[in-house]
Amino acid sequence: MVISEADTTKIVNSLRVRAKELLESGEVKVIIGYGEGYTKGKAVPVFITDPGKTDQLIFDARCVNNLSMYLKHAEIKAMGKVGIVAKGCDARAINVLILESQFKREDIFILGVVCEGVGDPIEEQCKSCVANTPPVYDELFGEPIENQGWNDETFAKIEELESMTQSELWNFWVKEFDRCIKCYACREACPMCTCTRCITDKNQPQWVPTSPHSDGNYHWNLTRAFHLVGRCVGCNSCERACPMDIPLSLVNWKLIKAVHDEYEFIAGMDAETAPPLATYTEGEETDFIK
Amino acid sequence: MAEFHPKTFAFLCNWCTYTGADLAGTSRMLYPADFRVIKVPCTGRIDMEFIIKAFEQGADGVWVSGCHIGDCHYNTGNYYAQRRWTIFRQELAFLGIDLRRLKFTWISAAEGRKFADEAAEFVNRITQLGPYNEFQSILPENREVESILGGVS
Repeated sequence: MVISEADTTKIVNSLRVRAKELLESGEVKVIIGYGEGYTKGKAVPVFITDPGKTDQLIFDARCVNNLSMYLKHAEIKAMGKVGIVAKGCDARAINVLILESQFKREDIFILGVVCEGVGDPIEEQCKSCVANTPPVYDELFGEPIENQGWNDETFAKIEELESMTQSELWNFWVKEFDRCIKCYACREACPMCTCTRCITDKNQPQWVPTSPHSDGNYHWNLTRAFHLVGRCVGCNSCERACPMDIPLSLVNWKLIKAVHDEYEFIAGMDAETAPPLATYTEGEETDFIK
Repeated sequence: MAEFHPKTFAFLCNWCTYTGADLAGTSRMLYPADFRVIKVPCTGRIDMEFIIKAFEQGADGVWVSGCHIGDCHYNTGNYYAQRRWTIFRQELAFLGIDLRRLKFTWISAAEGRKFADEAAEFVNRITQLGPYNEFQSILPENREVESILGGVS
């Protein structure tokens, strides 16, 4: 199934018209969407408050960023009701944030857009998207399409790594994490990293070593991924933001797989199901605790 | 050469395993003493940071133990802990941590015998595995760091 160029133009046009209406009526105070980037082939987030400027909005394969990460910012919350252009992964992230009481459903107006995958060439995680049609929206732009869903390829890389021995894995990851420069771009780009004070910024006690060398790199990357268990929607914003090209998505997707294998849970598909680490089933046991 | 004594940590829940350890002691049961006990209110209190921090402090092994499922003093703490460790172990395995160095048990206050046996099993296992050189090689004291001063002292 391919969304034609004509359809895309239609989607963008109706998006612009609706955004203008929303701003003019005062229903929303700001529209967060994608706009033309300063470099060719790039889209940037735009924050529109002036109804006359909604023509800035675009939507195509360049719109890779997960905009829902802006919703947690106090500056955005202070503006009032927010209208947000959301692809499937953005909408899933919004579901998780609502579930975690970061904001209320009625505080935002979701302009859902049907998405067939972003990036050129299409990004890896988009090839088996579980939310081509956003699972939550106030208004949908584009005809709903069937979700591609996970397939054999989705976890192929993870399984390849899993088949390695413990020492091989250790050497692989130490080498990858060694490049980390602790810029925390992964954290900043992540819609799920909502703590006002991240554990790595806490220094009494200092859990994660933050000195400017490789000490603590392993610790930070392990912690970052673990804090996303049952929450990560797999949008790969962290990996995209990483200036050192560390394959962060491999860890995230391993945990997405683990959570699904153990608890049959996929994050962000609705805003009601309790996340697996915040609930339990009476009488459940595991085999590794004797 | 002196016999190798591993450096290990045991995170024990206050209500069951710690009391179980007390029972093992007052019953005069013998078990190796090569672990440092850290008493926590509940296994649910054990953040995954504790375990990583233990390895960063040079631990060769970490043992986590608490109440049996259904026996938690706070009713549900060990249920949450159990789920957390289920996923955390998988992450550790994926990131190349040697899972043989991480032990989880449920030991009640009445199971002094089990405590002594599990303690012996744990210490023997870690002693046989030897120092956790792999993890310790990434610690700053063991790393050859190029001087940023470029030879100026």
